[in-house]
Amino acid sequence: MSSEPDEREGSSRRTVMKAAGATLGLAAFAKAVQPLTEFTDTLTREQFLQKHYKELDADEKQAVLARLEAEAKATHGVDVTIADPPPIEGVKFAFAINLSLCNGNGKCVEACHRENNHDRATNQSYIRVLELERGSLDLGSADSSYDHAVPAPGKAYLPVQCQQCDAPPCTDVCPVEATWKEKDGIVVVDYDWCIGCRYCEAACPYHARRFNWTKPEIPAAEINPNQSYLSNRIRPQGVVEKCTFCLHRTREGRLPACLEACPTGARVFGDMNDERSEIRWILANKRVFVLKEELGTKPSFFYFFDR
Amino acid sequence: MILRAVILLGVGVAIAWTTAGLTQSGSEPKPGPAPRAAGQVGAAATGMAGTTTINAPRAMPRVRVSVPRSASGEVEVDASCTTCHATRTPNATTASGAELDEFHGGMMFAHGNNRCLACHDATDYDAFHLADGARVEMADVMTLCAQCHAAKVEEFAHGAHGGMNGFWDLSRGSRTRNHCLDCHDPHAPAFPRMVPTFKPKDRFLTRKGEHAEDSR
Repeated sequence: MSSEPDEREGSSRRTVMKAAGATLGLAAFAKAVQPLTEFTDTLTREQFLQKHYKELDADEKQAVLARLEAEAKATHGVDVTIADPPPIEGVKFAFAINLSLCNGNGKCVEACHRENNHDRATNQSYIRVLELERGSLDLGSADSSYDHAVPAPGKAYLPVQCQQCDAPPCTDVCPVEATWKEKDGIVVVDYDWCIGCRYCEAACPYHARRFNWTKPEIPAAEINPNQSYLSNRIRPQGVVEKCTFCLHRTREGRLPACLEACPTGARVFGDMNDERSEIRWILANKRVFVLKEELGTKPSFFYFFDR
Repeated sequence: MILRAVILLGVGVAIAWTTAGLTQSGSEPKPGPAPRAAGQVGAAATGMAGTTTINAPRAMPRVRVSVPRSASGEVEVDASCTTCHATRTPNATTASGAELDEFHGGMMFAHGNNRCLACHDATDYDAFHLADGARVEMADVMTLCAQCHAAKVEEFAHGAHGGMNGFWDLSRGSRTRNHCLDCHDPHAPAFPRMVPTFKPKDRFLTRKGEHAEDSR
């Protein structure tokens, strides 16, 4: 008789809709914040509160290195040493590649992959070897996926990695100062400070930076245990990485891994500030060029020819 | 004549300069003249903790032959080059293995227009000789390479040719360097072609016109 809703039923159409809406809303919210809960599973309080690399004092740095070593042990089951060698006083590193000798065999690419604990699934490496038409430097038409015998007739080979620029565009664009140039010329990344925005990757004219789309996976037996904070320690997912001239080796006086692996002897490494060094002899005596000189990036990476 | 003397002098200077400061390892214990190329510069001479060592070349090959030692039987010995060549008349014009019908037959030879005896010594097949006739032992054979390849000698001396391992900073450790023969076959010295065995699989490395299976 009455058009009033039957109160005895307990719920009106409106109430049901409200409840359903609230349930859906809650479910959507839970889904939206789920990455955050996963984040807190792996992120410890110490990690969250860790300062920028440059603000760590000696004790704090030791604590961070010890924690990272313990994490490597827990995650990968491997005893690693994570050191933090400082730049050698008065040393400025530079690299040179003899393009008359490089035959594109790619042993440097593989050596970098193993030395720097790169992700095995992607065969990641800091080095790309470009195959070019002989006499051309048209990087746009270069191919680095060639798999034929080298050197192929009419082709030349150009290994490209971080050029350790003296005017690095990549460090300028970092919104959080997670990447910078060290005193010995090496451009480094604080993987614990990087937010993964990839601005630096876009800014680099040499395509030298890599992004960790997934968590790098490496079989325990293949992990290089000689690691350092700013170079080859196993990177977290979602951060940018790059060639560091193997600073965990070179800051202890050793040669970089790519150089030792080169079967043609095309790679030369040394101290720009030492006038008796191999690199200075090449700069003084060879036809030398840098990549994309017109950009004004001032690379510490040189290419030269025998003739 | 004067020109030749000047060239030889230049070569000699280049060799002396190259080998100074480099230590040759693993010299053959074979008796003979003092090695020409062995410069011994170590920690004491330079004030450096580290030394530079050039890989030793392989020894001259030997051939296993059976020789009658007594009425009761034969024994096997590793014969030197000279053992067989002592019974042969040297032919100064031989330039490839294909011209020989007994031994060295399958040898690949592609080293300029050189004849065998341009480097090998007809009076002692276990050694070599320079253009001026001076004897060179196998252990010092870089001296022989150096007499023609002066530009490479200079590059090698400055670390711009030939691979190395160890320390860039010799005040912190030692370094080993490749010998010419580590990379170059003396009879066909062009560096061999290689096949790349390792390729990164990122999305920028796919062939033009193809898409990566894995977009990482």
